Amino acid sequence: MSTTVKEEARGAARARIERERPAIEFGNAWDYSPAPESRDIVRLEKRYGLFIDGKFVPARSGKTFETINPATEEVLAEVAEAGAADVDAAVRAAEEAHRRRWSKLAPAERGKYVYRIARLMQEKSRELAVLETMNGGKPIKESRDVDVPLAIAHFFYHAGWADKLEWAFPRHKVSSIGVCGQIIPWNFPLLMAAWKIAPALAAGNTVVLKPAETTPLTSLALAKICQEADLPPGVVNIVPGAGETGAHLVNHPRVRKIAFTGSTEVGKIIQRALAGTDKRLTLELGGKAANIVFEDAALDQAVEGIVNGIYFNQGHVCCAGSRLLVQESIAETLIRKLALRVETLRLGDPLDKNTDVGAINSRMQLDKIRELVACGVEEGARMHQSSCAVPEKGFFFPPTFFTEVAQSHRIAREEIFGPVLSIMTFRTPDEAVEKANNIPYGLSAGVWTDKGSKIFRMTAKMRAGVVWANTFNKFDPASPFGGYKESGFGREGGVHGLRAYVELS
Amino acid sequence: MSTSAQVIYDRPVDQVGIEERAASLAKRSIKKDAKRAGIRLAISMLDLTTLEGKDSDGKVRQLCRKAVRPMPEDPTVPSVAAVCVYPNLVPVARMALAGSSVKVASVATGFPAGLVPLSVKVEDTRRAVDMGADEIDMVIDRGAFLSGEYSKVADEIVTVKEACGPAHLKVILETGELETYDNVRKASDLAMASGADFIKTSTGKINPAATPSVVLVMLEAIRDYYLETGRRVGMKPAGGIKTSKQALHLLVLVKETLGDAWLTPDLFRIGASTLANDLLMQLVKESSGRYQSEDYFTKD
Repeated sequence: MSTTVKEEARGAARARIERERPAIEFGNAWDYSPAPESRDIVRLEKRYGLFIDGKFVPARSGKTFETINPATEEVLAEVAEAGAADVDAAVRAAEEAHRRRWSKLAPAERGKYVYRIARLMQEKSRELAVLETMNGGKPIKESRDVDVPLAIAHFFYHAGWADKLEWAFPRHKVSSIGVCGQIIPWNFPLLMAAWKIAPALAAGNTVVLKPAETTPLTSLALAKICQEADLPPGVVNIVPGAGETGAHLVNHPRVRKIAFTGSTEVGKIIQRALAGTDKRLTLELGGKAANIVFEDAALDQAVEGIVNGIYFNQGHVCCAGSRLLVQESIAETLIRKLALRVETLRLGDPLDKNTDVGAINSRMQLDKIRELVACGVEEGARMHQSSCAVPEKGFFFPPTFFTEVAQSHRIAREEIFGPVLSIMTFRTPDEAVEKANNIPYGLSAGVWTDKGSKIFRMTAKMRAGVVWANTFNKFDPASPFGGYKESGFGREGGVHGLRAYVELS
Repeated sequence: MSTSAQVIYDRPVDQVGIEERAASLAKRSIKKDAKRAGIRLAISMLDLTTLEGKDSDGKVRQLCRKAVRPMPEDPTVPSVAAVCVYPNLVPVARMALAGSSVKVASVATGFPAGLVPLSVKVEDTRRAVDMGADEIDMVIDRGAFLSGEYSKVADEIVTVKEACGPAHLKVILETGELETYDNVRKASDLAMASGADFIKTSTGKINPAATPSVVLVMLEAIRDYYLETGRRVGMKPAGGIKTSKQALHLLVLVKETLGDAWLTPDLFRIGASTLANDLLMQLVKESSGRYQSEDYFTKD
């Protein structure tokens, strides 16, 4: 009896403390008016063809698929779906272009074409940003400030390498490979196209690129830019479609190299398919990056890094910092700061310039996120979610994080690819390293500490392709990007990235 | 008071991170209703300031008229929050502002350097309050702070706060002389723990002054202090704030760091001498769709 009374009294005291605890309200005392970027700059076509041999053509089968705006579910256009015959035509066009023109062109001339593509993209940067946002759901501020400028930077960077390959690989004779089959994901459609096409072209190869089935439009806009740049027909071919189209490309006997960015699951299928062939392969696959925050870190900036790490592009980022490892001594403070910060994230119309978190790319992805989040709750982790309003139409998911997550929970092991963070704690640097590396993936990691020596000690022990210190999700064309373990192999960007597109002798 | 113990906290600020965050908030698009409301809010938060050696009764009276009625042709435009002057001009301002809601703020404590004996600082403060100042803008001893004499700085703030009596105390950190964000954070924590009602960036005599990143560091310090103690400390950026765009950016920083409670002149002020006219010009532009000549706005 008396125990119950005591417990009740304690409960009441706790409740009082909770009530009186200072709270910060982010309301509408002064709110931003809607600031939508105009769609008028984009002239959508009703139907888009395949881009083969310098021309837009319908699929031989006549098949098309609809592509939508995930924020509104409205159909944007019909896109031709490439079948086996189309992929074959594209590969043959690429092979011809390589044999007759592209591989024989003076390297400096090749560089000029790549440079011209970059310049044209720059001129159309606003159009590309709006189109990327409409087709993919990402906030306009990201497509405008990150995706498009970075994509352009990749073309500029690689244009410079075209006539300097002998310097990139000293003591070697450098030649091109031939036709490169490239398959890219839906999270950074234009940027991934740039990462793939720019080094391939600079090194003298020709390409057949398959964009993801949910986001073909900016790749096709890039195809148009290639036309305007007078790129010789067949040097760049774009074949929209789903997994089947990708399989045709992977298995085509005249393709010399496959570059794939996407899920680990599909990556494994591709690697199996290529076993025993002489095709080269680079894979950039999934991740489950650890973002490690030490007690001596600049906490408010760490919170920014955490937010950028997991809510950037709705968490549709292979190198997302989806696991947060925080030192126990500051866990409570950091989580409180994070909870406040998450409340200020503005979710909604991706075309609104003030939107921080846009739409989930597809219904399928939304379902996957929901399933894993439900699993996290079921497994006993504690869910915290932004109280923001979620639009009824379109695919949206509020910024979410879990505390009390165990290393064995599914949400701590599997790639969610959504705005969902799993928070775990550690006590010592060694424990942090062990937990960070204890995962089949190894794409990226983050370390937050004000102490320089600790940064070097930690980064040396991380089994991850990219380790950021006191920042996150920073990219540069000169910096190689790629994974360890089941996050794939091969690098993109820098001289390392160029290596995948040259034959050395 | 255990002020010195409280400032031993090491709360590092990452320069790259804080500047990135401040810059990203500058990209908020403030248009239409948001812009109109923001400009009105900013006007109501102004500490209209004149701190020149040549300040005279006449100059201060003119400024006070502007403070009460920033735009005579539109009475819905709110009065500013306060007029900020040197101590000798406090009586003039007091008289000119009688009957209005506008407060009289006075700099004190050997402004702007603060390198006078504590007894002089206390006397300076008392006199200003006696002459009618509602608010005192004191400066910290940056020399003492930079040489690590934190308790000296803290004790001075505590003593000046006592001398203020009922007047509100704003503590000027002069962030341009503290140079690093770590120092700004430390000085903010120290000033709040010592009883500051407001913390303020700058005197206006040193460049750089109220940069967005410095303001953000101070706002974050205020937020953490509030969450720890439950006491709301106000914030006053001052120095170099000349355009509506800058003022709206500051409001964005407040909105997204401290939330609704701080979006009031009771807890947020902007110290400026020429900003008022740009705010008025933008306000007229919002309603008429056109920019007017600057000759339509009085230079007071």
